[in-house]
Amino acid sequence: MSLSLDFVNNPLAGRFWGSATSAMTELSLHPPGAAGSKFPAPPPPEELPDKLCVQKISKIFDYQSQPLTVLQDVDLSLKSNEFVCLVGASGCGKSTLLNIVAGLTAPTSGRILVDQEEVTGPGSDRGMVFQAYSLFPWLTVAKNIEFGLKLQKLSKRERRERIAYYLEVVGLSRFANAFPKQLSGGMKQRAAIARALANEPEVLLMDEPFGALDAQTKEQLQLFMREMWERTHTTILMVTHDVEEAIFLSSRVAVMEAHPGRIKESVEIELPEHRELEMKSEVSFIQLKRRITTMLGHG
Amino acid sequence: MPLIGGGAPLLLWAIISYSGAFANAFFPTPVQILQAGAKLLSDGVLIGDILASSGRVLFGFLAAAIVSIPIGLLMGTFHTMEGLFSPVVGSVRYMPVAAFVPLVMIWFGYDEPAKVLIVFLGIVLYNTTMIVDAVRKIPNEILNAAYTLGVSRPILLFQVIFPAALPSILDTMRTNIAGAWNFLILAEVIAAKQGLGFRIIQSQRYVDTDKVLFCICVIGLIGLLTDYALRKLAIALTPWSEHS
Repeated sequence: MSLSLDFVNNPLAGRFWGSATSAMTELSLHPPGAAGSKFPAPPPPEELPDKLCVQKISKIFDYQSQPLTVLQDVDLSLKSNEFVCLVGASGCGKSTLLNIVAGLTAPTSGRILVDQEEVTGPGSDRGMVFQAYSLFPWLTVAKNIEFGLKLQKLSKRERRERIAYYLEVVGLSRFANAFPKQLSGGMKQRAAIARALANEPEVLLMDEPFGALDAQTKEQLQLFMREMWERTHTTILMVTHDVEEAIFLSSRVAVMEAHPGRIKESVEIELPEHRELEMKSEVSFIQLKRRITTMLGHG
Repeated sequence: MPLIGGGAPLLLWAIISYSGAFANAFFPTPVQILQAGAKLLSDGVLIGDILASSGRVLFGFLAAAIVSIPIGLLMGTFHTMEGLFSPVVGSVRYMPVAAFVPLVMIWFGYDEPAKVLIVFLGIVLYNTTMIVDAVRKIPNEILNAAYTLGVSRPILLFQVIFPAALPSILDTMRTNIAGAWNFLILAEVIAAKQGLGFRIIQSQRYVDTDKVLFCICVIGLIGLLTDYALRKLAIALTPWSEHS
């Protein structure tokens, strides 16, 4: 009997393809202690090589024993410090694409590169925030954040510093020792974001992170997320079906079409670097929204 | 409400037994049942019976837990492990354990190990299948989050799957300890020199209905106490979980 360790519960089912531990050559975030300089200007994106590169990714599922092409030759690249939102109608394969980038789903063909190096399988270089229920309920907020840090074999002192720093960043310092069940939905998501960020991934992936929240909490978290990005300039790829959210948060919106799923167009969001919620009612914002909505509607 | 729920059947019992509709030898009054209990206690057999039975349940139950928790976790986690164990777990589960009792007696005699073994056999497979289910019900988001944080497989098993399934495992244990008592009484009814099941059978021979009823009540009481203790244990071990 071969003891290949194939996980029942894992979509990879036996394919732990390569260990995806591309060395973290630089920290994309401030190290703890450097929190003083809050809003550094990002380096101009054009001069940097691609941080994340999605190359000709296709995914074909078996659907009722018929091949179903969910993604076809998807190309997408993110510069360092870019915040890109992926929008598309439900069923266009945007979440599948994100899962492929995360290494949680194997593509049928194509490659994922992080810092010019191919990655296969999940790894801590690509942190991920899920829609909900992803915090470990048996660990306190601080221990949830510490989980990844322990895996990275950081010293106790480094772990303590990072936990304190990221708890402060997401405004949950007072809840360090609370269990997830004691937190509201919005707080849970902030904790999940802190956990992903504390690992200091090369790229942060977010799968409809505010989709399960009520409208008011959602706006608060959008503002929080944008401020966080203005502060840290982490490279982020986020999936959402909310066009307004995508425009407000990102530097670029990639619009996907369905059947088969592919990137239809990329729209640069030329709004000011610092954003406020009031911008959502400005003319330029509404024009962008109409433009992208039209692209989605007349696919 | 619990007072009414518990008191009403007792009251009904008292009315019927005191009415004289049935001979008290067959239908003893609550007071007679308590007196029978006092007699068992003063004869010096009650404590020994309780200890003997509880010990057998405890050892059989612990052995079943020690075997079923790792096997259940492995089966739930790895396809190959499921392939390895499921022929046994899946088929033997449908064979009544009572049918194995004579076989156990032939192979292991009438001593303590045989009775512990029957308790063990009675619950080990239920435990295992219930734990496999618990592992399967762990939300995918939890496992995927662990993957994106960079876990290796052993760490996933020990530091994610085990704690994630722990509340359900403890629930399983609580449910199945009642089953353990069932199988113990079965074993003791067939062959024992001591124990609550043995006492029940012996009392039946002398038509000591009051003693039979007293012993049944003692088993019920031990069951209630165990359930309470296991519930407290679950809350102590998993304070982070939602406890009803």
